[in-house]
Amino acid sequence: MRKLKCRPLNPGRWLVWGGTALTMIVLPLILTAGFTLTLLSQIGIGIIFALSYNMLLGQGGMLSFGHAVYSGLGAYFTVHALNLISKGSFYFPVTLVPLIGGLAGMVFGVIFGYVTTKKSGTTFAMISLGIGEMVFACSLMFPGFFGGEGGISTNRVVGQPVLGLSYGPGIQVYYLIVGWALACMAAMFAWTQTPLGRMANAVRDNPERAEFVGYDTHMVRFLTLVLSGFFAGIAGGLNSINYEIVSAENVGALRSAGVLLATFIGGAGFFFGPVIGSIVFFSMVTAVGAVTKAWSFYLGLLFLVMVLYAPGGFASLIVMHVPVIKARLMRRLWLPYAATVVTGSVLLTGLISVVEITYHYSLEADTAPAMTLFGFAFKVTDGTPWAVATGLLVGGFIVSRFAWNAVGRAWGDITHVLQDKAAA
Amino acid sequence: MEFFLISMLNGISYGLLLFMLSAGLTIIFSMMGVLNFAHASFYMIGAYFAYQISTYIGFWPALVIAPLLVGAVGMAVERYGLRTVHKYGHVAELLFTFGLAYLIEETVHLVWGRSSVEYRVPPSLDGSLFTLYTTTYPIYRVFMMAVSVSMLIGIYLTLTRSRIGLVIQAALTHPQTVETLGHDVPRVFMLVFGGGSALAGLAGVIGGNAFVTEPGMAAAVGPIVFVIVVVGGMGSLAGAFIASLLIGVLQTFSVALDYSFVDLFARLGIAIGPDAPLAALWDLTISQAAPVLPYLLMVLMLIFRPKGIMGTREG
Repeated sequence: MRKLKCRPLNPGRWLVWGGTALTMIVLPLILTAGFTLTLLSQIGIGIIFALSYNMLLGQGGMLSFGHAVYSGLGAYFTVHALNLISKGSFYFPVTLVPLIGGLAGMVFGVIFGYVTTKKSGTTFAMISLGIGEMVFACSLMFPGFFGGEGGISTNRVVGQPVLGLSYGPGIQVYYLIVGWALACMAAMFAWTQTPLGRMANAVRDNPERAEFVGYDTHMVRFLTLVLSGFFAGIAGGLNSINYEIVSAENVGALRSAGVLLATFIGGAGFFFGPVIGSIVFFSMVTAVGAVTKAWSFYLGLLFLVMVLYAPGGFASLIVMHVPVIKARLMRRLWLPYAATVVTGSVLLTGLISVVEITYHYSLEADTAPAMTLFGFAFKVTDGTPWAVATGLLVGGFIVSRFAWNAVGRAWGDITHVLQDKAAA
Repeated sequence: MEFFLISMLNGISYGLLLFMLSAGLTIIFSMMGVLNFAHASFYMIGAYFAYQISTYIGFWPALVIAPLLVGAVGMAVERYGLRTVHKYGHVAELLFTFGLAYLIEETVHLVWGRSSVEYRVPPSLDGSLFTLYTTTYPIYRVFMMAVSVSMLIGIYLTLTRSRIGLVIQAALTHPQTVETLGHDVPRVFMLVFGGGSALAGLAGVIGGNAFVTEPGMAAAVGPIVFVIVVVGGMGSLAGAFIASLLIGVLQTFSVALDYSFVDLFARLGIAIGPDAPLAALWDLTISQAAPVLPYLLMVLMLIFRPKGIMGTREG
């Protein structure tokens, strides 16, 4: 339990926020390869989306399987707004157009949220899934609004350039995304400090007691969802400005699953978790996706391993080490960690080999049995590569277990030392 | 009349298949409090296992072996996965099964490819059984119904008449007491999870060739099964049965009906032109709206009767 502190200046916090802002602003100037701007834009939008998702999962304890509904509908409304602006129906600066998406997300949050937030936990999860499927099915039913299979396209360069910003070049769109991302991050962080944000935590941890104190848990969850829908809508709006097209997959189950994966991998228990999660998620999708078609298998495996062994995500893994570093005990961990990295790389090599060979076999065993992996060329129809790959996998698993046990023992010792220090 | 009877038969056979899925899900849910997101994935791997086995030794051995294999996979999942995350609570369990569903789909992509596989009805069950008016009715549909109904009776007898069934029923409500009486409750959980998975696998074996065996089949049927569990009432087997048949019949009928609100109002003497407000909505035929109907039913149910048809508790 964190103690409530009132400090006029929190240097650590300013450092983290300032560093984040600076990194986001400077990165495209340092990395100038063609795909980085696309990737960074994706990450920026992903950060808003994942943070809005974490308002539900992390702050409110609501596991949603249909969060793409709000971002997707926000994206659709943004696209229609842009098209209306370009037709001259009304005037609205493009810089603020994501607000329209946000408002749309908020309105749908009001409509769907009232029913879905009656219960939390498993019921909420199932209903959010049902609503997601319903909206997805609807998106194919009304081609007038949703554009059917092909989706709806738009043009973000509408109206006169304001202050020289036409949003034609990708770099301008990137800085638009950065601006919105920083504003949304600040707003969502501020929200966690408001009474409503605090009550959302209380309702997550103990709804019964929150009721007894006199709060309507349904109302707290409902308001949380509406606000979360607003930020998701902003992410959707930025998405349609970035891509200039919205299709049914924007409200689909895969998008909802993606934001859940990103948030959880980053760490739902920490405010900064989803930020880390978005960076990991989109980098992995881009980097691993460029190398192998099995990228979503690795992503799913990473998620499952995190659920089983690190339910706090990457953020908790980082935070876990802070007291250890402060107590100058990291030297006890280096050796077990090094052993884990060495044995883990054997395990990972085995796993990647098995997956890639299987994939190649099922796709092209008859047409092109030759493949190259880690610099070795072989045919997938031979027995040897299979035996080697399986051997690496099983052997890596066995030796890894020793390393994992060593890490566990080291952590046990450190916990004891820290407890003794705290007691003394 | 002919349309009605045939659609009714198809709807019931589909509904029974859905019940084989929702029954396992409901029993697992009411016993362990775990909503198994990967349940439909077990349905899918049942179909794929059956396809693989039937290419080697034929359909009939596959009918027995595939569900057993799926059951073994289910037991392993419970023992080495769910039991590990159990201490983190229900949300973690739900997340685990969600990740598992994702991973199973990717594994299917990996092993069997992204397009559908040629899993066919065996020749001995191919053909028509009887002719109703002018429509011939396939043997395989009747076979599906027979398997589902015998399975249903099987579950009922196991749960109410056998020793393990009584232990399961007792463990549903009083796990601690059952444990004190010397029964290994975690093992019972594992068996129930395996049994439920095997049931889903069996549904996959007989459903995979009646419909189509493809990597998207789990994602297609999964949400429907969840709707059934909500509509029927969380944890109620009888409710799941009624809801399965209801949704099976609803889906079968709705895809074949080409009526819209425009037709309805026209019959009442009110003409609605294409310029009327919300014209897209009034013009929509029932068959176009068919994919939405189960979810609409679920939302309406939640508004007017949150505990479901036969449910005893709210959420």
